[in-house]
Amino acid sequence: MKIVNGLLLVAFGALLIHASLGLPDRGDADAVMFREKSPAGSPGASSYYIRNAYRDAETPNMVTVILADYRGYDTLGEETVILTAGLICFLLLRRERTDRGGKKSLKAGADAQL
Amino acid sequence: MRNYRFNPIILTVSCAVSPFIMVFGLYVVFHGHYSPGGGFQGGTLLAAALLLVRLAAGFDIAQLQFKRILGTPLGSVGVLVYFGTGFLAMVSGGQFLNYGFLPFAGITEAGLRSLGILMVEIGVGLAVMAILVAIYDDLLDGYPND
Repeated sequence: MKIVNGLLLVAFGALLIHASLGLPDRGDADAVMFREKSPAGSPGASSYYIRNAYRDAETPNMVTVILADYRGYDTLGEETVILTAGLICFLLLRRERTDRGGKKSLKAGADAQL
Repeated sequence: MRNYRFNPIILTVSCAVSPFIMVFGLYVVFHGHYSPGGGFQGGTLLAAALLLVRLAAGFDIAQLQFKRILGTPLGSVGVLVYFGTGFLAMVSGGQFLNYGFLPFAGITEAGLRSLGILMVEIGVGLAVMAILVAIYDDLLDGYPND
């Protein structure tokens, strides 16, 4: 079983390395994502953002415009994820303060010693 | 779990440094239009300022600064600020989260978008700050002497 697990890990790693070889070079201006037209013929998104971010929102920071305006739904979802994490911590970790005998004490821990 | 021991040096330094971290956090939130930053980063800095005092002064004294019961409701308020901004744009005739339709007179559409981004960032910063502090408080629950 251990051998199968190890072989699976190695095979998956080799697959990932093989896939990463197909990525464009860093800073390659001719990469697919920087072209005006996508391979399907529709206009590319990134060149639109670079050209129109300041004209649309009067905000010099292009990243902020993309995150909060063009991709507003995405950021709303991220914030909801953070709120959900907080609520789950609240539900799982919150417990009534107990003293050493296991009895619940209403006073917040002034006399309970650990 | 070690008990809390009063240490004046740590307490004084923390109380002196914490407001500056807080001001820097506000700067990062409100300056997200012009420099790297924004709601998430600024909210984390604000939470760091609050958690520094919580670590240095102990849980009970730090309640004077930011009450434990405020954590989760403020996080919800942050999400509601974001959602409300989008909803306001929808009510006044546009699409959800289309800040160009926000009902504020005398601003161009691009200016309205800039304003909408600022409102959204404030909501994100509030939610991140409150939730991080709330998670710390929840983790601490059950250790009454720290």
